[in-house]
Amino acid sequence: MKQIVVISGKGGTGKTVLSGSLAALANNKIMVDCDVDAADLHLLLHPTVKERHEFRSGQTAVIDKELCKRCGKCISVCRFGAIKDDFTVERFSCEGCVLCSHICPYGAIHMEENVAGAWFISDTSYGPFIHAKLGIAEENSGKLVAKIRQIAKEIAEKHVFGHIIIDGPPGIGCPVIASLSGVDCALIVTEPTLSGLHDAQRVMEVARHFNIPLKVVVNKYDLNPVITEKIENFCHGQSIPVVGRIPFDETVVKALVERKIIIEYARSPAGKEIRKIWDELRA
Amino acid sequence: MIISIASGKGGTGKTTVAVNFALSLKNIQLLDCDVEEPNAYLFIKPRIKEELKAYIPVPEVDEAKCNYCGKCREVCAYHAIAVLPGSEGKKGSVLIFPHLCHGCGSCSLLCPQSAIKEVNKEIGVIEIGEKDNIHFVHGCLNIGEAMSPPLTRQVKKYINPTRTVIIDAPPGTSCPVITAVKGSDFCVLVTEPTPFGLNDLILAVEVLRKLQIPFGVVINRSDIGDGKVDSYCEEENIPILMKIPFSREIAVSYSEGMPIVKKDSLYQDKFINMYLNICTIINEANSRH
Repeated sequence: MKQIVVISGKGGTGKTVLSGSLAALANNKIMVDCDVDAADLHLLLHPTVKERHEFRSGQTAVIDKELCKRCGKCISVCRFGAIKDDFTVERFSCEGCVLCSHICPYGAIHMEENVAGAWFISDTSYGPFIHAKLGIAEENSGKLVAKIRQIAKEIAEKHVFGHIIIDGPPGIGCPVIASLSGVDCALIVTEPTLSGLHDAQRVMEVARHFNIPLKVVVNKYDLNPVITEKIENFCHGQSIPVVGRIPFDETVVKALVERKIIIEYARSPAGKEIRKIWDELRA
Repeated sequence: MIISIASGKGGTGKTTVAVNFALSLKNIQLLDCDVEEPNAYLFIKPRIKEELKAYIPVPEVDEAKCNYCGKCREVCAYHAIAVLPGSEGKKGSVLIFPHLCHGCGSCSLLCPQSAIKEVNKEIGVIEIGEKDNIHFVHGCLNIGEAMSPPLTRQVKKYINPTRTVIIDAPPGTSCPVITAVKGSDFCVLVTEPTPFGLNDLILAVEVLRKLQIPFGVVINRSDIGDGKVDSYCEEENIPILMKIPFSREIAVSYSEGMPIVKKDSLYQDKFINMYLNICTIINEANSRH
């Protein structure tokens, strides 16, 4: 079984369009949307949810007004500025470290577990799909990513699937690291802009740092052929294979609006290139 | 006044809006708080005057004082400490996993032997510079570092309240975004008129409502896609501050790090109008309270 994750560093370079297409092209696979902050793949895959599970993670301090003597010890030890002057806890700042609860001389602070989101096992016309929704303004997205990847792996092993296709988040932080760990290939999709190049280089370094094999796709490559060449030269210098150049194609937006996968449009130049990319990846 | 620029979905044009907005106004401080992928400097090209390393405190155990009681492991909510108790004739040991540490200080404060002190671990750099009317600050997270909020908080310590502060936030809806936009007087949400843009805009709106920060929307590439973002904003009574139509020319200038206002001065007026519009919205909100 091969795990392929699509990441980009910079947001909006085409991760979901590409991973949705790969998921449609692969036989015998399971799909995972690891962009749990702002998940979009479900908009293309139209899942029917079979199972819904609560995601509990982290905790928040709660101060008992009756017991609190307003001594201020908690405020002085909290490094996250989460306890306000009126001795209430600011939910979004509390990182659940429990120090205030340990230090309170009156036992007035207890911790409550956060319901930080939910994850789903769904069916789609392309196959099974694991996705999640992080609660609004919640943390621990890395843990939620690790959770849904674990579930996907269990299902893939049970059904002897050939591929796990993962739609990754933008950036280089904790959910990206959780999406990358242990995959067989990180497919980096970038665009020929200075930001695209800069961000792709950083995420390539992250993948290298964790010894993940890398491949690169340049999306909308014809928007700036000079920078496309720069990206390709950079990859060449680092011995990173560039497995595709997707042209700018208005059908991509049309497909998005119709909430369809681009490879369903037989004449789309972008769709054709993505088919080639898939042939390259599975070879 | 602090105005942050955010979006649920990535790549909708946050940096484009932040940079062009900053270039259109006077007495600006631009903070790039997308510390995982900071890009604003590619467009502003500031002269960097100061480069400071950013650290978080992580524990270090003095094994001469430690009796391997395990209290530190027990109080660490992030499982960043493991303690192997000693056995007959064999010393115990304490293992620290700095990547899991949030720097809360529980272990050092609560150690009965006072055997733990905190040492600095580098997580990234903060660079401070200038360009014309813009005072520029950004953070850049080290590769392999998982947690961006501590660095973002340190970048925000440089906020200069005598200037109009513009914060370029990271994408998403979780802790990195919250840390960046918290404390703003207003937030501009940049989106695009596609189902992805709308889906992630709705999530971002929920975040701002929870944080009680007033906000408005900029629709980028406004003439592609469909009209559902427009109708959503109308239903929800969310002001649309600006629309930027798709143009291959804008896309190409963006790709080369060229701000729109430098190519088309009409955009400068649009950004000034957006600023005036934001001031009116903030004033109206304040007078209601």
